[in-house]
Amino acid sequence: MAETAATPNVPARRQRALQALRSLFTPLLPDDYLELINPLWSSRELRGRIERISPEADGAVSVLIRPGFEWPGHLPGQYLRIGVVVNGVHHWRAYSLTTEPGRADGCIGITPKLVSSGVVSPYLTQRARPGDIVRLGGVEGTFVLPSPPPRRILFISAGSGITPIMSMLRSLERSSEVDDVVHIHSARTAEGVIFGERLREIDSRHEGMRFHLQLTGEQGRLAPADLDRICPDWRERDTFASGPGEMLDDLRAHWQEQGDPERLSIERFQPIVGSEGGATAAGGRVRFLASGIEAECDGDTPILAAGEEAGACLPFGCRMGICHTCVGRLRAGAVRDLRTGEVHETENEMVRTCVNAPEGEVQIEL
Amino acid sequence: MTTVTAEPPRAATEENPLARLSPEQLDAIGEEFDAIRDRVMADLGERDRRYIESMIAMHRRLAILGRVLLLASRRRSAWVAGTAALSAAKILENMEIGHNVMHGQWDWMNDPRIHSTTWDWDNVSPADAWKHSHNYEHHTFTNVRGKDRDLGYEIMRIDPEQKWHPVYLLQPFYNLLLAAFFEWGVAVHDLNFEAIESGEKSKAKVGEELRAIGAKVKDQALKDYVAWPLLSGLAAAAFEAGLALRETRTGRRRRGGLAGIAGRALRRGLEGSRETAKADATANVIRNAWAYAIIFCGHFPDQTYTFSEKEIEGETRGGWYVRQLLGSANIEGSALFHVASGNLGYQVEHHLFPDMPSSRYAEVAPQVKDVCERYGLPYNAGPFGRQLGMVQRTILRLAFPGGKQRPKPGPYQGGEG
Repeated sequence: MAETAATPNVPARRQRALQALRSLFTPLLPDDYLELINPLWSSRELRGRIERISPEADGAVSVLIRPGFEWPGHLPGQYLRIGVVVNGVHHWRAYSLTTEPGRADGCIGITPKLVSSGVVSPYLTQRARPGDIVRLGGVEGTFVLPSPPPRRILFISAGSGITPIMSMLRSLERSSEVDDVVHIHSARTAEGVIFGERLREIDSRHEGMRFHLQLTGEQGRLAPADLDRICPDWRERDTFASGPGEMLDDLRAHWQEQGDPERLSIERFQPIVGSEGGATAAGGRVRFLASGIEAECDGDTPILAAGEEAGACLPFGCRMGICHTCVGRLRAGAVRDLRTGEVHETENEMVRTCVNAPEGEVQIEL
Repeated sequence: MTTVTAEPPRAATEENPLARLSPEQLDAIGEEFDAIRDRVMADLGERDRRYIESMIAMHRRLAILGRVLLLASRRRSAWVAGTAALSAAKILENMEIGHNVMHGQWDWMNDPRIHSTTWDWDNVSPADAWKHSHNYEHHTFTNVRGKDRDLGYEIMRIDPEQKWHPVYLLQPFYNLLLAAFFEWGVAVHDLNFEAIESGEKSKAKVGEELRAIGAKVKDQALKDYVAWPLLSGLAAAAFEAGLALRETRTGRRRRGGLAGIAGRALRRGLEGSRETAKADATANVIRNAWAYAIIFCGHFPDQTYTFSEKEIEGETRGGWYVRQLLGSANIEGSALFHVASGNLGYQVEHHLFPDMPSSRYAEVAPQVKDVCERYGLPYNAGPFGRQLGMVQRTILRLAFPGGKQRPKPGPYQGGEG
C-alpha cells in the first residue's frame, strides 16, 4: 500500500450517517460517490484545496491551503507531510508550516522553495494553481515554540530555514507576545530574503523585536563568535535555529562549549540522496519487522531470498517482479531494484522483495 | 499486404513452437519483450492516470444511474434501463477496474486507493485469495497441465491431454451453471480443494478463507438483495400513498379509505422490492456470464497450446514469454469491446505484461505481432463469436472420451489480424 493521508476530523453525526449508508455501496464507501461532487468531502483521507499561491523571494512561493475538514491543529515550528500528484504519481514531501495555528479562515500555509532537480517543488512553485487538490498527511516535528513561550528568545535562521521560524513569529504576534525577541537571519542578498518584507514589518511593529540581517554575499557567513557582538546576551536566551546542517553543527558546538546546550533547539532538513550505479546494490542488513528476524543480504541477492535463508516466513509469488504478492512496506532505508537499478527510499513505500536488494540497512514491514 | 487464406491448413500435430527455438533465440525474444515493457513503463504518466480515474468515475456514475432508475423498478422501462446500467457498471468494475488494479497495473501511481494491496471489488471472491490463485498460480504457470488450475478450473476437460472421467459427461451442463454464477465458481476455485485434500493447506487457513468468502457474500447479498430492494420498496409505497392521498384531497375518493390506501401502498412496496431484487440478480448474472465468456476465450480456443511440467523445466525468461504467447488468445473487437472486457481481448499482451496498465495493450500489440512475425511464432486472435464457439465446441467434444488437438494456426503472417 502506498503512503496515505491523515484521517480527517469528520463530525460525529456525519460519520454515523455515512456508516449507516455503507451497506448500500460496499465494498466502496458513500465517500467514494460523494467525492465525485466535491473531492474535499472524502472522509477516507484529509485533502485540501489550494486557495492562493503568492510568489516569495529566492524562487519560493507561499501556498495557502484550505483543509477539507476542520484542521486538527499544529504547533508553531512543526512540519506537514503533503501529497501531490505529479505526472500521474503520488509524491509526498514534508514542509514546515509557515502559518500560525488557529487562523480565523481555517487555512494553513507552506512555503516551498524551488529545487530544480526535484519533483514536488517544481510542481508547487511553477505548475500548481488555486483550486488544485492536495493530500494532507500528519503534522510532525519536535522543533516547536513552547506554550507559553520563553521570556527571552533568539531565532537564528538561514535561507529557506526561515520557514518554521516564520510560523513561530506569526504565532507570537497573534498572541501579542513579541516582548523580547532577537532574530538573526542569513541570506546571500537583501532581495533574496524569503519573507523579507514581512520580517521588516514585524521588526518595525514591535518594541521588543530586533531583526538582524546577515548578508553573506557581502559580510560573509555568520560565525558563532559573531553572536557576542550581535546578541551579547545569547546565553540567557532560548534559541531556535533552522538552516543548513553546517551552520547548525557550528552552533551546537558553540553552545556546548560556551552556553547551555539545553537551551538550543535546532531544525535540520537533511536530504538523503541515493547513489548511482548498475543493477547491484550495496547490500546490508535487513530487518523484518513482523518476525523480528534479521538477515544479511549482499548486493545481488533479493531481500526475499535472503529473508527466507534466514528463516523468515515471507509472502512470495512469481519471484520475477510481476505478481506483487511479495510486497512489503519499507519502514527505513533504501532498496535497489536489481532489474532496473532504480532506488526506492520513500518511507512507507511498498517494495517487491523478490527483485529488490538493500542499499545499506533496511527495515521492512513483513 | 500479405494475402491470408481463410484458415491455413496445418498438420494437427504441428510441433509446439517452443521446442524449435534455440536458447539464444529465446534470450533474444526475452530481451525484445523486456524492451517493449520498459519503454511503456518509463512513459507512464498523467494520461494513464486520467484514463483509470475516468473509468472509476464512469463506474460510479453508471452504478448510481442504475440504482436510481431501479427505485422505479415497477415500471418496465425503468427496470430494463436500470438493469442495463447496473450490469454495465458491474462489468466495468469487475474487468477494467478490479481485475487490472488488483494485478498491480496501477501501483506505479503510488495511490493508496488505486493499489493492488488495498483494492476490493464487488465480487464474492475475496481480493487476497483471488490475487494468489490468479496473479501467482495462473500467471506464473499459464497453461501448464497439472500446475495451472485455471486450465478447465479443475472441473472441466478442455484439453485432450487431460484424462477423461465419467463426470465430464456432465460438463456441458455445469458449464452453463458456471457461466451464470462465475464469481461463485471463482471463489470456490480459489479455495483450492486439491491443496486442502493433500493437507498442504491447513484447516485454520481454510476456515479463514471461508470466513472471508462469507463476509463478501454477506456484503453482496445485503447490498443487492436487501438494502436497495428495501429502498425501492419504500419509494414505490411512498409514491402510491402520495398519489392516493392527493386523490383523496381532490375529492375523488378511492375505495377502502385509509386502510385501503395503506394496503395498496404495501402491495406496491413489496412489488418494487421484488422487482429490484430481480434486477440486481439479473445484473449479477449478466456480469458473470460476460466475465466467463471473455475469460474462457483467453486460453481455451483451438489456437492455444498447453504444456507439460517437463516442458517448462529450467525455463528462462524468454521461454516464459513464449509460453505466455502460445498459451493465450486475443479477441478482436472495437474500442468499446476492449474496455468492456477489461482489455482482456488483448489476452496475449496481458499475459506477456500482466502489470502493464491495460490501456496500453492496444499500443504494444503491433510490436508484439512484429516479434511473432520475425521469429515465426503464432499470434493467436479471432473474432469474439468464433473464439467463444470454438471453446463451446471443445467443452462439448471433450465431455466424451478421446478427442485430439485442434489444428494450430502456425506462424503469424502479418496483415491485419
